[in-house]
Amino acid sequence: MATTINGAAAPAIETPRSPRRRPGGPKARTNFELYAWLFMRISGVLLLFLVLGHLFIMNILDGGVQRIGFGFVAGRWASPFWRTWDLLMLVLAELHGTNGLRTVINDYAERAQTRFWLKMLLYVSAGLVITLGSLVIFTFDPNIS
Amino acid sequence: MPKAPAGTLYRGREGMWSWVAHRITGVLIFFFLFAHVLDTALVRVSPSSYDSVIATYKNPIVNLMEVGLVAAVVFHALNGIRITLIDFWKSGPRFQRQMLYTEIVVWLVLVVPGAFFMLKHMFETLFGSAS
Repeated sequence: MATTINGAAAPAIETPRSPRRRPGGPKARTNFELYAWLFMRISGVLLLFLVLGHLFIMNILDGGVQRIGFGFVAGRWASPFWRTWDLLMLVLAELHGTNGLRTVINDYAERAQTRFWLKMLLYVSAGLVITLGSLVIFTFDPNIS
Repeated sequence: MPKAPAGTLYRGREGMWSWVAHRITGVLIFFFLFAHVLDTALVRVSPSSYDSVIATYKNPIVNLMEVGLVAAVVFHALNGIRITLIDFWKSGPRFQRQMLYTEIVVWLVLVVPGAFFMLKHMFETLFGSAS
């Protein structure tokens, strides 16, 4: 039964502070941006050790880049420690970089269509890099010729 | 997105420029990571194809670019610590400028000797070893 004021139907009043209706129907509100922000801090701290350690070992420690070759990689990847290190670094760095580029695209691509397609390209490339990189780490064969 | 009115220029000083540098180094590192995963994937093809792509990294000019990459990564890492401290440490925002200058000093302390060791071999190859 409708509310009446002095016998006349009262106009419907929206609940104060009701969520804004988005075009294309109401969407479930998530905390995605909060988790993305938190992920950048957590992965950043982990990458600090993984990446700076990687750069030091590869570029500075005994002979640096000059000593790197297939044999060097085979020796390193014989140990599960370095395979875990590299896998963790690959996944965290790619996700960290993808989220960073997502922010950059959202900031500078002004047309909705451009934003959408640039981000699709970004996500496809991130998927490829993570898939290819982990496949290489998991299926590495030191006796390949 | 509305365009900024003509004739105004935001001068955000240290805070703004460190933000700009963080973006530029971040995008640079992202594209390098893409190339680096592809070149490393050649270990799955054959030892000779991997060794030939790694030979590129040993070229003196590319070696110089690697020093630039390391300098960019170290900046991004140190500035990332600063951003995290601004977000989570209660006095972080108040000391953001001092943290940037500290960061620049630490960056120099890490990058200058790092560049020396990275280029040592290149100089020895180009001009002959001192030993």
